[in-house]
Amino acid sequence: MADHATSSLPGDRGYLSEQGWRSWALTMDHKRIGVMYIWTTLGFFVVAGILALLLRLKLLVPGPALFSDHTYNVLFTMHGAMIIFLFIIPAIPSALGNFFIPLLIGCRDVAFPRLNLFSYWIFVAGILVTVGTLVAPMDTGWTFYTPYSTRTSAAVTSLSFGLFLIGMSSILTGLNFIVTIHTMRAPGMSWYRMPLFIWAMYATSVIQVLSTPVIGITFLLLAAERVFGIGIFDPAKGGDPLLFQHFFWFYSHPVVYVMILPAMGIVSEVVPVFARKPIFGYKAIAYSALAIAFIGFLVWGHHMFVSGMSTISGVIFSFLTFFVAVPTGIKIFNWIATLYKGSISFDSPMLYALSFIFLFIIGGLTGLFLGSLATDVHVHDTYFLVAHFHYTMMGGTVMGLFAGLHYWFPKMTGRMFNETWAKNAWWLVVAGFNITFFPMFILGMQGMPRRYAEYPAKYQPLNVVATVGSWFLALGVIIMFANFVRSLRNGEPAPDNPWRGLTLEWQTSSPPPEENFHEIPTVTDWPYGYGNRNEASRDH
Amino acid sequence: MAAYKIYFVAWSTLLVLTAVTVAVSYLNLGLWNASVALAIASLKAGLVALYFMHLRHEIKLVLGFAVFPFLILGLILVGTLIDAIYRF
Repeated sequence: MADHATSSLPGDRGYLSEQGWRSWALTMDHKRIGVMYIWTTLGFFVVAGILALLLRLKLLVPGPALFSDHTYNVLFTMHGAMIIFLFIIPAIPSALGNFFIPLLIGCRDVAFPRLNLFSYWIFVAGILVTVGTLVAPMDTGWTFYTPYSTRTSAAVTSLSFGLFLIGMSSILTGLNFIVTIHTMRAPGMSWYRMPLFIWAMYATSVIQVLSTPVIGITFLLLAAERVFGIGIFDPAKGGDPLLFQHFFWFYSHPVVYVMILPAMGIVSEVVPVFARKPIFGYKAIAYSALAIAFIGFLVWGHHMFVSGMSTISGVIFSFLTFFVAVPTGIKIFNWIATLYKGSISFDSPMLYALSFIFLFIIGGLTGLFLGSLATDVHVHDTYFLVAHFHYTMMGGTVMGLFAGLHYWFPKMTGRMFNETWAKNAWWLVVAGFNITFFPMFILGMQGMPRRYAEYPAKYQPLNVVATVGSWFLALGVIIMFANFVRSLRNGEPAPDNPWRGLTLEWQTSSPPPEENFHEIPTVTDWPYGYGNRNEASRDH
Repeated sequence: MAAYKIYFVAWSTLLVLTAVTVAVSYLNLGLWNASVALAIASLKAGLVALYFMHLRHEIKLVLGFAVFPFLILGLILVGTLIDAIYRF
């Protein structure tokens, strides 16, 4: 790939030069919008994380403790709804996606910068309505299953409106990215020269655009039922409560791939850089992202095996679910093959990327237990499911996000973080995560149901282990964030290309100038030519 | 004027179809009531997409993006109906 190093002058703050709140609130710079998404989503990660710590603290003892059962229901609803809709769905696509798609494909901004800013602000509007409603309080669980959600006195209608707005933001962002990737790639960047993060974001955007309208319509129907009494989901009015679950999971299953695919994209970027080897199976990884996106639309019924769905549907959905494991396995094998005989350095981004691979294998394989009909009947709605979901989402997506944050922190801020503290935090995060969630697999197999405020005393020992693990996890996250915040002001100035990456974002200054590149780069090769002679002579 | 002719034709067709919808609503076709109303509505939506939203003159890629969601719609209908029909 052509070299377009544009060393910045010392003290040049690039896109961060302009100051004052207007320079942020009215910006159309994709990088600044990305940064606003990062602060917003990480803010909710912290809030929802604190709620999770409270829930774990209560579960330290089997009986009543700390707060009432109703409060427990409200807290787990808030934890789930915030972490899903306000953190994990937008965390990588809207935040890192916004910042890095134009940089990675070598253009000056996204296709519709004004629409991008609009997406951010309707996201904020959606947050205000949603959070206002959640603290109202809401006790339906984050899935808002009917008929309870049509009958509860909680403000489901306004919550629906808030989530509708957030969904709108998600659709517009996805649309923006699709058009950007189609039309704005740098000269010479053919589809097969695109970084794999871009392939992942493309697949993600397609899911966002196609599936989000379904949940929007579902929330409107739910609101119509509650406000106008039209019988859609409530059997008392002639509706079908399973229809809600069909609609809900038709969105919410594909959307777990909105959460995981971008993280897989980050891993595909980080692994070759730190293994100093070309990515193995580029096309297989690229197409498996699209395959996951497509198959993800065919498997929603596996959430409903014990909901009273017809047996034939159960068999079909169970069968189809196993197909998702194939492209996922392809990715994992390709990453491992990339590592094989590489010259691996264990810097913090790589540590998180490797943890992703390790933890996501556990999360993914336990998904097959849940996807097969017979075992699902046993473990459905137990802590097994909680463990599976947190292994995929926290062990997967969040580890991918942390890998991305460490990998791109020098580029985004122009500062280096403290590597020693980053590694210390990594030990705590990964150890704490496993201590917290692995016991839940066992608890689930033993039959401990999820979402219950109290439990029989025989489950206490493992619950104590899980709760203590959550403290280690929290300490690790606190150290990581403290390291970031400290480095924002006091970190060493970052070189343009600290990890010796070949993708285009490393060919511009750190932080990048306002329109990314002083001169739009011309691409002559794919970005994974690590380990050859040309690469060894590169200036960094 | 000539450039706008097609829009007037499309618009007039939409008006005619609206009249047909109203007229049909006075007939009792039993089970076919909903089907006929939906068919006319789909026809109208098709006209809007093809002419007013310029889909007819777009490149194949854009056309593909417009058609693909119907596949997704088909999926949700089939998946849900398989459950609803075989449930007991």
